[in-house]
Amino acid sequence: MAANPEAAGPTRPEPAPGPAARAGLAVACLALAAGLGRVVLDLPADAAGLAPVVSGRLAESGVDNPVTAVLLNFRGYDTLLETGVLLLALIAVWSLTPAGCWGGVPGPPARRGEPPGGPDPVLRGFVRWLAPVAVLVAVYLLAVGTHQPGGAFQAGTVLAAAAVLLLLAGMARPPATASLWPRLVAVAGFLAFVAAALAGMPGGREFLEYPLGLAGTLIELVETVLTLAIGATLALLVAGVPEPPAAKPPPTGPIKTELPR
Amino acid sequence: MTPFPLYALAGVALVAIGLHGLFACVHLLRRILAVNIIGGGVFLVFGAVAARDPASGPDPVPHAMVITGIVVAVSATAFALVLAWRIHRATGRSTLAEDDPSPGA
Repeated sequence: MAANPEAAGPTRPEPAPGPAARAGLAVACLALAAGLGRVVLDLPADAAGLAPVVSGRLAESGVDNPVTAVLLNFRGYDTLLETGVLLLALIAVWSLTPAGCWGGVPGPPARRGEPPGGPDPVLRGFVRWLAPVAVLVAVYLLAVGTHQPGGAFQAGTVLAAAAVLLLLAGMARPPATASLWPRLVAVAGFLAFVAAALAGMPGGREFLEYPLGLAGTLIELVETVLTLAIGATLALLVAGVPEPPAAKPPPTGPIKTELPR
Repeated sequence: MTPFPLYALAGVALVAIGLHGLFACVHLLRRILAVNIIGGGVFLVFGAVAARDPASGPDPVPHAMVITGIVVAVSATAFALVLAWRIHRATGRSTLAEDDPSPGA
């Protein structure tokens, strides 16, 4: 783990493109934008797409909001795999934990769970007001999702934002990556969705084909568990991985305030 | 006049800006940001195209797919950021190594 930049071997960093290459790139990107814009504006204006198909069978979906009907019923397979992708991303991020650090609290050890620069009183006061409101908004978005814009993803994102604010304000500590409950919550959404997808199969239905009278209830149950799972997974992704105590000294002299190209 | 052309062209502009950033910048954080800008543009175009007919209302299928896409993009970004952090830890640099012109040498 020694590696100072000079000892990193014979590889050189990728050079930034010169002014001529950048100008050429700009022209190419402008041409692409012009072409794309032309194509988009030339689309026929009267195409209704799949809206009539969806509204024609909305009554069978168990919910009144067409987007929720598509997400959790008509194209439920997409959403099921998407919850799997979210879970995979968390597993992939955690699997990049530096050697010997697995199981600890995410963040550098010196200020584990502390915000950089110490707790900010203004931020703490703000978050004290905002966090309960965020929970309220999340519950509202979840409840309203079956018949108006809203649903599990919006509600989960608001929950995750509240959790990240609590972490930044130093009012909550991220859980240790080896502890059981965050992993259980992160997996719960995917498992609930799979359980709902399997629910109709003993009755001779296909995978993800909900029993007609139960579709609304099943969707609401899945959305509730998904909200918690999405919120927890997103917040855990932001919290990151535990970092080793003696991170090697900054590689290049003084800290640059400007991000190089 | 519907807002469709405004949103669609804004999405197209985001795609072009992001693409330029992806190729013109070598810093990994800038590249990750560029990919996210491209993604934002694609979502904006897709959402606008789905609602270009004001008479029939928006098409819910693309909107549902955009919601799915946003979550996948966020997941991929988190993974990319941790990869960039590990590259920085391992090499002291925030750029990729230049391709070796003579593999096996």
